[in-house]
Amino acid sequence: MTMATTQKSTGRPGRRIDLQVIGPILALIALLLIGMALNSNFLSYANITNVLARSAFIGIIAVGMTFVITAGGLDLSVGSMAAFVAGLMILVMNLLTESMGVTLPVILIGIAVALLAGLVAGVINGILITRVGIEAFIVTLGTMGIYRSLITWLADGGTLSLGFEMRELYRPVYYGGIAGVSWPIIAFVVVAVLGEIVMRHTAFGRHCAAIGSNEKVARYSSISVLKVRLATYVLLGLLVGFAVVMYVPRLGSASASTGLLWELEAIAAVIIGGTLLKGGFGRVWGTVVGVLILSLIGNILNLTDFVSPYLNGAIQGAVIILAVVLQRKGATER
Amino acid sequence: MTKTLIATTALVGALVGPMSGMALAETIGVSIPAATHGWAGALNFHAERTIERLKEVYPEHEFVLATTPDSATQVSDLEDMVATRGIDALVVLPFESEPLTGPIQRIADSGTWVTVVDRGLAVEGIETLYVAGDNDSFGRTAGQYFADTLDEGAKVVAMRGIPSTVDNERVEGFEAALDGSGIEVLAMDHGNWNRDTAFTLMQDWLSRFPEIDAVWAADDDMAVGALAAIEQAGRTGEMIVVGGAGMKEMVDRIRSGDSTVPVDVTYPPSMISTAIEMTVVGVTGAAPMSGEFIIASELITPENADDFYFEDSPY
Repeated sequence: MTMATTQKSTGRPGRRIDLQVIGPILALIALLLIGMALNSNFLSYANITNVLARSAFIGIIAVGMTFVITAGGLDLSVGSMAAFVAGLMILVMNLLTESMGVTLPVILIGIAVALLAGLVAGVINGILITRVGIEAFIVTLGTMGIYRSLITWLADGGTLSLGFEMRELYRPVYYGGIAGVSWPIIAFVVVAVLGEIVMRHTAFGRHCAAIGSNEKVARYSSISVLKVRLATYVLLGLLVGFAVVMYVPRLGSASASTGLLWELEAIAAVIIGGTLLKGGFGRVWGTVVGVLILSLIGNILNLTDFVSPYLNGAIQGAVIILAVVLQRKGATER
Repeated sequence: MTKTLIATTALVGALVGPMSGMALAETIGVSIPAATHGWAGALNFHAERTIERLKEVYPEHEFVLATTPDSATQVSDLEDMVATRGIDALVVLPFESEPLTGPIQRIADSGTWVTVVDRGLAVEGIETLYVAGDNDSFGRTAGQYFADTLDEGAKVVAMRGIPSTVDNERVEGFEAALDGSGIEVLAMDHGNWNRDTAFTLMQDWLSRFPEIDAVWAADDDMAVGALAAIEQAGRTGEMIVVGGAGMKEMVDRIRSGDSTVPVDVTYPPSMISTAIEMTVVGVTGAAPMSGEFIIASELITPENADDFYFEDSPY
């Protein structure tokens, strides 16, 4: 049903379709205007860089989440997974520093460990969901608890911190960049562009949409449903690992409170961006807009005394719902 | 203050060695939250350390330590301690006040010595001994430091914790100390005792305010996040950062004379040690130990920082 609606709407230009497509962009522009009106520093180079760089973690994860959700799945474990992978990466790097010193190879091995750990975690989620056949919600709820406990256990209830000298060496990965654009922003852009291309112009992207739209039909069309679905979780796990590679140099630490609620922020960004929660249609650029909307709300609230800090959550909730209402209106009016 | 002094003297007396003629074996149960965040991690560390020490000093006594992830488990833990270990005294840091009040009251009614730590029960008068940190003094000490060291008209920002009574008491103390000092609080918002939240909050405040003289982060985890943001903005040296709780990384910075982190305010997780030690003294009848024992927050300075640094502690 939904699939048919979407296909029709993209095929026929008109006012309602525009609203559905540009809904999230309108919300983003509105937020930018509000920000500009409330604080003159809003558009300063430092603030824009801060907002974009801090969006990168959730953003990179949310791009992966777009594929999972488009294929009709869900992953609640990404926040805990990020914390666990970050903890593991820090432990390995600290251990290697003892024998190899504060050198570049230690960082490279650390990065490899993070990517590999994310990949393996994604494979575990994917296998349990596709081969063992347990609901994605239950599997990832389970692994969410497991990874959160594991990081608490690894850190002995405290905080795992990267050695001071190692942190200084690794620091530029978050704070440095080329031509004034910091690495996390570049990484986010690259992941988003690649994600958009894969979603729109490859068989994998179309298979994801087909499976999310109607699994049976997809199977009869000789799409390897299990493999594609597994691949979405593996891709997401890998991207979690990649986000961690950007996250660790920021504060050089991981604790039980790292990555709290990232899963919900990532899912919210995906839905704000126009991807359907029940699957069948995904929009990577929309996800990017969704992530920026979420970051900007927090940023604007911090930059002003607009509302009592007690009500920050309420404002965030209201903007999320508004952003979705704005774009869904076009779809339901048909 | 006098009470503090008396209790401390009694405590020091108890530490000297086992009381002669105290051969009666007592079983002391200790129930505390699991190490789910830094402060609780240190709580576990100090509880274990103290029990090990006491086992050597009082070989005739037995100690039972249980850590708990939630209120329901804590209730079961307490029931088990009473039923299977027959505890004579209980040292408990309630996970939550309301759900634990009933079960602890039943234990107290059966004649068991009960020491409640940090989180008070919903009904007064249940416990024999109450040991807690002083949240008002926690905020007040930081505020007083600002009032004493900053010039009139200085601008500060304040990072609060997770919205809760603990947080409110701290902030009230902080504001009371600043009252009339001429120091301006530019902004106050919740950093949720979290490094990442504190980092983004501080970034945004740095964009918003061209002049900040001091930052109060009501927890050392938040101070770490704030410091990273200040360093990134290249504004180190413009402002001081005062955290709280006594995390060892922060104590280390104070010890080495870091000008950005001149002092810290304690909210010692080692209060569990105070509670266990006092309970042992009280339950053996060595000295009167009932009542309330409130541990004031102290200011950690470069001079006394060594006393607050625990190499092995996870926090």
